[in-house]
Amino acid sequence: MQWDIVIGLEIHVQLATQTKIFSGSSIAFGAEPNTQANAVDLAMPGTLPVPNEQAFRYAVMFGLATNAEIGRRSVFERKNYFYPDLPKGYQTTQLAQPIVGPGYVDIDLADGSTKRVRIHHAHLEEDAGKSLHEDYHGMTGIDLNRAGTPLIEVVTEPDMTSAEEAVAFARKLHSLVTSLGICDGDMSQGSMRFDVNISLKPKGSDTLGTRTETKNLNSFRFMEQAIAHEVERQMDILEDGGVIVQETRLYNGDRDESRSMRSKEEANDYRYFPCPDLLPVEIDDAFIEDARARLPELPDARKARFKEHYGLNDYDAGILSADARLAAFFEQTVEHGKDAKLAANWIQGEFSARLNAEEKSVAEAPITGAQLGALVTRIADNTLSSAGAKKVFEALWSGENDDVDAIIEAKGLKQVSDTGALESMVDEVLAGMPDQVAQYQQESDPKKQKKMLGGFMGPLMKASKGQGNPKLFNEILVRKLGG
Amino acid sequence: MHNKSVAELSRELESGKVSSVELTQQFLDRLKAEDGKYNSFITISEEQALAEARAADELRAAGKATAWTGVPFAHKDIFCTNGIRTTCGSKMLENFVPPYDATVTANFKAAGAVCLGKTNMDEFAMGSSNESSFYGAVTNPWGLSSGDKRVPGGSSGGSAAAVAARLVPAATGTDTGGSIRQPAALCGITGLKPTYGRVSRYGMIAFASSLDQGGPMARTAEDAALMMNVMAGYDPKDSTCIDREVPDYTATLNEPLKGLKIGLPKEYFSDQLSPAMEEQVRNAIREYEKLGATVKEVSLPNARLAIAAYYVIAPAEASANLSRFDGVRYGYRCEDPKDLMDMYTRTRAEGFGTEVKRRILVGTYALSAGYFDAYYLKAQKVRRLIQQDFINAFKEVDVLMSPVSPTPAFKQGEKNTDPVSMYLEDVFTIAINLAGIPAMSVPAGLVDGLPVGLQIIGDYFSEARLLNAAHQFQQVTDWHQREPQ
Repeated sequence: MQWDIVIGLEIHVQLATQTKIFSGSSIAFGAEPNTQANAVDLAMPGTLPVPNEQAFRYAVMFGLATNAEIGRRSVFERKNYFYPDLPKGYQTTQLAQPIVGPGYVDIDLADGSTKRVRIHHAHLEEDAGKSLHEDYHGMTGIDLNRAGTPLIEVVTEPDMTSAEEAVAFARKLHSLVTSLGICDGDMSQGSMRFDVNISLKPKGSDTLGTRTETKNLNSFRFMEQAIAHEVERQMDILEDGGVIVQETRLYNGDRDESRSMRSKEEANDYRYFPCPDLLPVEIDDAFIEDARARLPELPDARKARFKEHYGLNDYDAGILSADARLAAFFEQTVEHGKDAKLAANWIQGEFSARLNAEEKSVAEAPITGAQLGALVTRIADNTLSSAGAKKVFEALWSGENDDVDAIIEAKGLKQVSDTGALESMVDEVLAGMPDQVAQYQQESDPKKQKKMLGGFMGPLMKASKGQGNPKLFNEILVRKLGG
Repeated sequence: MHNKSVAELSRELESGKVSSVELTQQFLDRLKAEDGKYNSFITISEEQALAEARAADELRAAGKATAWTGVPFAHKDIFCTNGIRTTCGSKMLENFVPPYDATVTANFKAAGAVCLGKTNMDEFAMGSSNESSFYGAVTNPWGLSSGDKRVPGGSSGGSAAAVAARLVPAATGTDTGGSIRQPAALCGITGLKPTYGRVSRYGMIAFASSLDQGGPMARTAEDAALMMNVMAGYDPKDSTCIDREVPDYTATLNEPLKGLKIGLPKEYFSDQLSPAMEEQVRNAIREYEKLGATVKEVSLPNARLAIAAYYVIAPAEASANLSRFDGVRYGYRCEDPKDLMDMYTRTRAEGFGTEVKRRILVGTYALSAGYFDAYYLKAQKVRRLIQQDFINAFKEVDVLMSPVSPTPAFKQGEKNTDPVSMYLEDVFTIAINLAGIPAMSVPAGLVDGLPVGLQIIGDYFSEARLLNAAHQFQQVTDWHQREPQ
C-alpha cells in the first residue's frame, strides 16, 4: 500500500535575551549549577514574575519575519504539573492568546521548487531547569540555571510530507531566528529543540491518521533519522493491520531507536488558567513598528542580493545566505577579497570543511573574513598557486601567523609571474629535453599534444622551485613548442 | 506606654522622653509575659528588634527620623523577613528562613520601624478563625474574662489579637476575602484592605494572587494612615502593582464629612445579620448623619453570588500557588521518600493542614478539563458582574457602609468542623476583594460585651477618604479605645 506522510513540527527557540523572561538572572550557558538562579527562579515563597520586554520584542520580530498576525493582547497562563526541575509547579506559558498568530514560511526544496509551510501560532514561555541523573549516587541533581530562560514555541500546521521538507523547514527557521539575532542557534546547547508530529494515511486519503509525537530532537540529522525511523515503524504496524497508538515517543539518535514515553491516556491534565501574577500584555502599533524597524535583512532577501550583487548562482547564494554569521563572514571576505566566486568557493570548501572537522561554529573559527579575503586576493592576482594558498590557509588556521603576505614571504610561496624569467626557464628545460620536444612537434592530435605538455611541467616546477606560475608556464610552452 | 498609639509613641520618641531601645524592651517584656494567653505570635525576634531599635536611636540622634523611626510593630507571618523565619502558619515552612525581604517589610525597615516578630495566622491565610494555624489557635482577648476562649477571626487573627491586647500598637495583615477586616471587627480594632495593586505583594506569600492585598491593622484610623504611608506605592517587582501617586494619608484625616453620601447596600442588611449586630451598625451610621452625611439605600444585586464565585477563584489560584511547596528546594520534606511520587505525596500530605488540602483539592477540581468552563470561567463572569455592581453604586454615593461580619467573635471549635458555616463568616467582605476596591473595618459598638465592626467601602484608590471617614467617627466615639476585659 502507498502511504502519505503528514508531519507537523513544534520548535522551541531559546531567545538570546540578556536575562530570564520573568527575572533578572543571566541566561548564559554553561555556568556552575544554580549560580544563575535567584529567589524568583527558585520559586521562593512570595516572589513574583516581572516580564522581560526584550522577549516580547524578539517574539514580535519573529512574527513579523514569518508574515504573522501579532497578538495585540497576549495572556500568560499557568500550565500545571509537578516535576523537580519545574520550580513553581507550573510553567508560565501562553495558550488561548499567544503573542504570534497564524503566519507562514516558504522553504526551498532540492528540486528547485518552493513550498509554503503554515505556522499555526508561536507563543512565549519559560524554559524548565535540568534534572541531572549522573554523578549523584542514585539521587537526582537539579540545576535551575536554565529555568526561566525565554522561549518561543513555534507550532506549524501539518503541512510537511517528508523528512526532507521537515528538515528544510527546520533549517529555514534556524536561518530566520539567527538572522533576526533573536536566538544564537546553538543546537548542541539546546538553543533550538524540535518535537515532530507524524502520521500516515493511505495515499490520497482526506482523513488524517493517528499521530505520534517524537520529542526533543536537537539536531537536523537526528530529526531526519527520527522521522525516517518513525515513518517506518508506523508503516510496519499499519501494513500488519495494526493501529497507531497516540503517544509521545523519545528517540535515541545514537542507537536509532525510539520508545514510548507516555500514551494519551497517561497525559497530564494541565489545568491551564490565566496567570494572576501577570496582567495581559497589550502590544500597540508603536511597539510593533519599533520591532519592524529593528528587523535586519532576512535570508530570502539576502539570497536575492547575493545573486544580484555578487553574481553568485542560486546554490551558492542559498548556502551562504542561510546562516547569518556565515553570510556576514562571506561579505567580510569579499570586502577584502574582491573575487566573490572565489570567496564563495573557499568558504564552502576549505573553510566549511575545517569547521565541520573540528565541530566549530562560524563564530568559533580561528580566522577572520578579512584574512580569508586577503588570501583570496593573492589567489586572484596570481601571487599564490592553489597549492600555495592551502599552505597559507593552514598557517592562518593554526595561528602560526595572522598576516597572509607575511606567510607568503616567510614560506616563499610567491609565484614567479615575471614572463622573462619564466621564458628563460622554459628555454633551458626544452633545450635539455630535445627528444620530447621532437615527439610533441610530430604529434598531430591536439588532445595528445595537450597531455604531453604535462611532461614538461614537472621539470619546469622543479627549475622554478615550485614558484613558477603554472598558467604562464603553460602559455609559454604552447607558444614555444608550437612555434 | 503599651496603651499609646503609633502617633503618640512617635511623639514620645521625638520628645526624647524614651529611647527606642527602652520602648522596644518594654514591649518585648510585655509580649513575652502576656502572649501565653493569646498565642498571637509565632516568632518573637528579640535580637533583631533590639538591633533595629539601636539603629533607630542612632538615626534619630543623626536627625534622620521619620514618624516610624523606633516605633515597635509586628508583621503577619506571611510577609517574608530576611533572616527571620517566615512560616505562613504552616508546618510546610516551619524551617523556612527567607534570604530576602518582602517589599512591605523593606518599606518598614527603610522607615526605621522596629519589628518585634511575626504574628500567628490561619495556615496560608486560609481561614476565618485562626484555628487552622499549625502553631495553634489564637485566642481573642475579648470575652476571656467570661471564661470563654473565642476566636480572633482570621486569617490575620494574630495581628488583630496582638493589637487588641496592646502587645503591639500596630501590625500588618493581609486580606484575600476579609482577612484584615473580619479579625479587626472581632477584636475591636481598625483595619484597612487597600485597593488591589496599591500595596506590593512581592514577598507576601501568595494565597489567591488576584485577591490578596496587604494592609494595616491598628487601633486608630490615624495609625492605619501612618501605616499606609509606609506600605502603599508602586513596586517594579510586582507586575500587578499600580504606578500611581501615593498621597499623605494623614493629611486629609480631618476633612469634614458634611455632605458625604453614604449608601447602605440592602443585601448587606439581610436576615443573615443578627438584630443586635444590625442595631449597632445602624447606630454608627446615625453618628455619621450627625456629622453631616446623608444616607440612602443602594443595591448590589449580584452580591449574593460572591461567596460561590470566591470559593472557585481563590482555591483555583491557590492550587497553583501552593504547588511550589513540593519538598524539592526548601521547606518541609517527608522522611526517607522511596521515590519522587512518594516524596511529593507524603511531603504535601504531611506538610499541609486540612483546610489547605481542602482548598487545593477544590481548586484543582475547578480547573480540571471538563469543569473549567462551568466553574472557573463562570466565576470570572460573576466577578465582573459584582465589580459592575460596585461601580454603579459609586455613581450614586461616596462610600458604602455595612456590617463586617454576621456575628461577633464566636467560640473556638464552634465552626471549624463545618467549612460552609465558616465560609459564611465572610459574606459581607468577600465581594470587595472580587471587585478589588478598598474597605475598612472600624470598631462601632459591643454586643454581649464583644466588639462589632462597621465596614466602610470605597471606590478604587479612595483609601484617604475611608481613613478620613473612620478618623472623624473616632473623634466622636470611643469604641476604638475600649480595652478587652
